[in-house]
Amino acid sequence: MTVQPPLGMLVELTHRCPLQCGYCSNPLDLMKADRELATSQWQTAFVEAADLGVRQVHLSGGEPTLRRDLEALVSCLSDHGVYTNLITAAVTLTRDRIATLREAGLEHIQVSFQGARRETTELVGRYRGAHEKKRAVAAWAREAGLPLTINAPIHRLNIGEVPNFVALALELDAERLEIANVQYYGWAYLNRAHLLPDYDSVMRQVDYVERVREDLVGRLNIDFVTPDYYADYPKPCMGGWAADAFVLTPDGMMLPCHAAQTIAGLDFDRVTERPLREIWEISDSFNRFRDTEWMPEPCRSCARKDVDFGGCRCQAFAITGDAAATDPSCIHSPLHGALRQMPEPGEIRHRAITRAVEKI
Amino acid sequence: MRPERITITPQCRPCLPRHVRLRFDDLRGTPIVLAPEKVLWPDEISAAILRLCDGTSSVAEIAAELARTYAAPVEEIETDILAFLQDWSDRLLINVNTDHRVSKARS
Repeated sequence: MTVQPPLGMLVELTHRCPLQCGYCSNPLDLMKADRELATSQWQTAFVEAADLGVRQVHLSGGEPTLRRDLEALVSCLSDHGVYTNLITAAVTLTRDRIATLREAGLEHIQVSFQGARRETTELVGRYRGAHEKKRAVAAWAREAGLPLTINAPIHRLNIGEVPNFVALALELDAERLEIANVQYYGWAYLNRAHLLPDYDSVMRQVDYVERVREDLVGRLNIDFVTPDYYADYPKPCMGGWAADAFVLTPDGMMLPCHAAQTIAGLDFDRVTERPLREIWEISDSFNRFRDTEWMPEPCRSCARKDVDFGGCRCQAFAITGDAAATDPSCIHSPLHGALRQMPEPGEIRHRAITRAVEKI
Repeated sequence: MRPERITITPQCRPCLPRHVRLRFDDLRGTPIVLAPEKVLWPDEISAAILRLCDGTSSVAEIAAELARTYAAPVEEIETDILAFLQDWSDRLLINVNTDHRVSKARS
């Protein structure tokens, strides 16, 4: 098989974060700062990635702005023709820092809002004053000429605020709004009994977003990540395993998706120990679920196998114990019905680096 | 507050915003457009239109130039360009300078 070059790269620069959202996409086993790559190690990896074909990067975390070398990293990427997006919770950003990041070549900023209202933002992220801070950062970004995306992770505690998120995005002069229903892996899977909205709320939300998106054409781009627990077919996770994008973790592990390390039995490589190109093109873990040859039934003979690629390998593993199984969000999965059976909700578990975490 | 939707007319002077980057991808041998969390692959004609979107040429002038280049009727070309630019404008990938907008867009 011919392996196409990757186009995109999600870089988790750190797991450190001032917020404690109960659906964080970082692994349950959060790493401390001493395991993060050094500036020069990141730069070497970024040059290798650009040479291999990466043209767009999402600098994420944790909170990426906690890295004091962020400007140097943005500048390195920009010098190598890579388009840079910063994905930030924004509470640690200052007006000056936004200006220096812009000068370093930053092209776009994505600011997360945990709620469209102050109380919700503070409740979900557990950070006092977060909402006002985020609003200020959004205004500074626009003042610096940066295009702005508002990212709204949606779950039961804020699904009623979706129209408020649209109003907030318009008010803050964002050009994109991501209505991103939480995907239930890692922390979100642990807390799913608290977070998964009920069916009727989700359907109301889908109707509303489809309508308002049409009304706002030419003013606001609304990207909608639907909640797959209520879907008939899975989402085309990552556009297929190792198809055109990859993830780097704070310690330089290269992954086909950010949750791939939850799959037992797959060994991944660090970009500090093996050439990035080699990991992309010939490593066993990247080739394990690439294309469609690996698929068992019912995916193998399914007409949709090139549409959704059998869904998400991590979700398949988390729920069935077999990473090659059909994603249970698909109606053809024997476990489709079981997907919505929730455990008893205990106390919500907020992410924190210092706390020992029970494994799921 | 977000500005209103733009209607592209023959008098508009379209340009790519600074954060929408049109390049040629040497590795892949094709034009590429990089935009916020988006990558687009314009075909040869689309890339030719985009390269002429410099903020000073009007749509009518761009149509006239491409009509010469491709030896095609200017009315047809203009209709196609208007549709293409309206679509790109609706996806917020194109800005325009119209006479009454110049000062606002440049501020």
